[in-house]
Amino acid sequence: MRRRRNKATTDARTEVLDRIRAALAGPDGVAVGGTGEDPATTVGRPSAADAVVRHYRSTGVHEPGSPALIEMLTDRLADYRAVVHEVADASELPAALRRVLAGVRTAVVPPWLDSAWVTAAAGAGVAVRTDAPTVPLSTEALESVEVVLTGARVAIAETGTIVLDAGPDQGRRIITLLPDRHVCIVRAGQVVQTVPEAIAVLGRSPARPQTWISGPSATSDIELTRVEGVHGPRRLDVVLLRS
Amino acid sequence: MSVDLGMPGVWAPKGAAQTSGHGAHPADPLRWGPTFPEAAAEALGDRQLRRNLARATSTIRGKRAAVVGEVTDWEELRDAGRAIKTRVMAELPELLLQLEEQVTARGGTVHWARDAAEANRIVADLVKATGETEVVKVKSMATQEIGLNEALAEEGIEAVETDLAELIVQLAGDMPSHILVPAIHRSRAEIREIFLARMDDVPRELSDAPAELAEAARLHLRRTFLRAKVAISGANFAVAETGTLAVVESEGNGRMCLTLPETLITVMGIEKLVPTWRDLEVFLQLLPRSSTGERMNPYTSMWTGVTKGDGPQAFHLVLLDNGRTRALADDVGRAALHCIRCSACLNVCPVYERVGGHAYGSVYPGPIGAILTPQLTGAAGHGDPGSSLPYASTLCGACYDVCPVKIDIPALLVDLRARQVDGDRRRILPGAWDVAMRGASWAMSSAKRFAPAARSARLGRLLARDGKIRSVPFPGSLWTRSRDLPAPPEETFRDWWSRTRGDGDEA
Repeated sequence: MRRRRNKATTDARTEVLDRIRAALAGPDGVAVGGTGEDPATTVGRPSAADAVVRHYRSTGVHEPGSPALIEMLTDRLADYRAVVHEVADASELPAALRRVLAGVRTAVVPPWLDSAWVTAAAGAGVAVRTDAPTVPLSTEALESVEVVLTGARVAIAETGTIVLDAGPDQGRRIITLLPDRHVCIVRAGQVVQTVPEAIAVLGRSPARPQTWISGPSATSDIELTRVEGVHGPRRLDVVLLRS
Repeated sequence: MSVDLGMPGVWAPKGAAQTSGHGAHPADPLRWGPTFPEAAAEALGDRQLRRNLARATSTIRGKRAAVVGEVTDWEELRDAGRAIKTRVMAELPELLLQLEEQVTARGGTVHWARDAAEANRIVADLVKATGETEVVKVKSMATQEIGLNEALAEEGIEAVETDLAELIVQLAGDMPSHILVPAIHRSRAEIREIFLARMDDVPRELSDAPAELAEAARLHLRRTFLRAKVAISGANFAVAETGTLAVVESEGNGRMCLTLPETLITVMGIEKLVPTWRDLEVFLQLLPRSSTGERMNPYTSMWTGVTKGDGPQAFHLVLLDNGRTRALADDVGRAALHCIRCSACLNVCPVYERVGGHAYGSVYPGPIGAILTPQLTGAAGHGDPGSSLPYASTLCGACYDVCPVKIDIPALLVDLRARQVDGDRRRILPGAWDVAMRGASWAMSSAKRFAPAARSARLGRLLARDGKIRSVPFPGSLWTRSRDLPAPPEETFRDWWSRTRGDGDEA
């Protein structure tokens, strides 16, 4: 049984590739696009890649972390009905976290979140649980936690987007998915203006699982009107650390 | 009853095609219902449908225009998007092999499927191997196209759609009518009725406020997400260079499906590739602004093979042909394969806005669907419902203006129309269309013949009321049955010219 399916799979692979090569062949049978050769032997041959001109902006006009970008990001996030809290410097962060987390009883944090932040959260009277790689929290445990507190990899001002790439201060994807509220701490230096700048940052480790977050969960499926709050966290707080 | 679209030739006899799309799941998701002219005539009579569509499409048009307007390099992004897609088509075999190599190296398994049946077989076998009888699904055009849910049901596997609009369609036993918002033909009041009738856990006092409806869907699906062991998704993009897959969504149902289950099966058309990681920077700008009219969609998930300790530990990628190589061999088809399924062309189309998606008889409706559907199925000849689709357009060009990858949809539609006319040249007996066209050609190729012909058209004024002619005798009745004809002017241009500039040597 298994062998038969494998054989069928191989045949489909060969046949689909043959069909594509035939489709790309010109009327005289000479390939116009793909040559059908091993990619390794075709390096340097003229390619349609040469035709990809990138006249669009690959960087913004503002330096990462500049006040103009912080303002833009804040504006875009507010548009998505995310709540933005600006903090002047690290010394003010504990007090700010205590305000943001007021009334919260339980929170989960990724394995290597800045210990000062964790201490601040605990200081706000929150029972903080760590999702460690060796002892990951169960789905049920995460489902019952009120808040998840994380860092971020990069933020895009023009689109109001926070990107997580499962780094040590961001954790597994599931921890930012099940709790109903996500509090994300973004350092000013992580804020870039454009999507291409973020893609460049993320391209250093593209194989990491990524989650691009632009506001709380939402839908436009009913009469194409945006409504916040479906399956993902219904509340997104972004704490912006200016320095 | 059908709408006359000015199509030449002989069309399929009425009733040649099976059912209308409402309520029943067709055997072929790319070819169901009557021909477009017949389905359009029915849809035009549905005032609720037209109200729903007008409201939704005008909302989205406004949002799109606003967020596209603020991007200073939008045209440059479109040019790059188009160039990248051109490269993908030209280098498809190498890129697919590269993708396969990368996905495999990262712990995924790649499968190839020649057609819908083979893809469905592969997915069903993969699900069965897990021992599960329930799967959760992220909205996916590819799995709609192959009728995966119905195929799984035959194998005793229940596929639960988790996208809100897709859930509404599934609960109503309906067919999708839009690429992005499959339930766009439903108003909030209708959605409330569907939920009350088909969801067992919905509060009876549910109102039709969108927020309450979304909350009902959240509660309804929560337990399903938490217990699901297998998820099925499509893919918006796959990066050949890195083996990374991307799903662009709003609600978080995609994240649930891509994160919680143990096994993830992704079905992807072979054309959805991008060559390099960097190419994502183009499409992640073009797609959200074009489709939902947002600067960025709420959630985009990207994954590369399997990540230990994070997300599904078994990942299968099914690469689907199902007519794509047929389309690739054809200039029109190849251009249509550039489509990134944003649905902007549907939202701006005056024809789509009036008849809705079901009239197109395919899971790919609207302007791009009118090209993609006949190209994927190889529709040929008048007997195929898909062959009337190239006429489902006014050729106004709005679709080309908004297309993020600059597919020249009107030009492609004209090309497809021309092929049908050419295909009919072999016919021995000329039809009424041929006679009319030859007559017009004879009259218009000579000024001496054209001037009196144009003057005689003024007789049409006798039939007009308020500047419009509402009906004329056969064969003109075919045209006026579904639209008015403007009354001819009192004076022809040539008469006006000789009267006002008059040296009289023109006529």
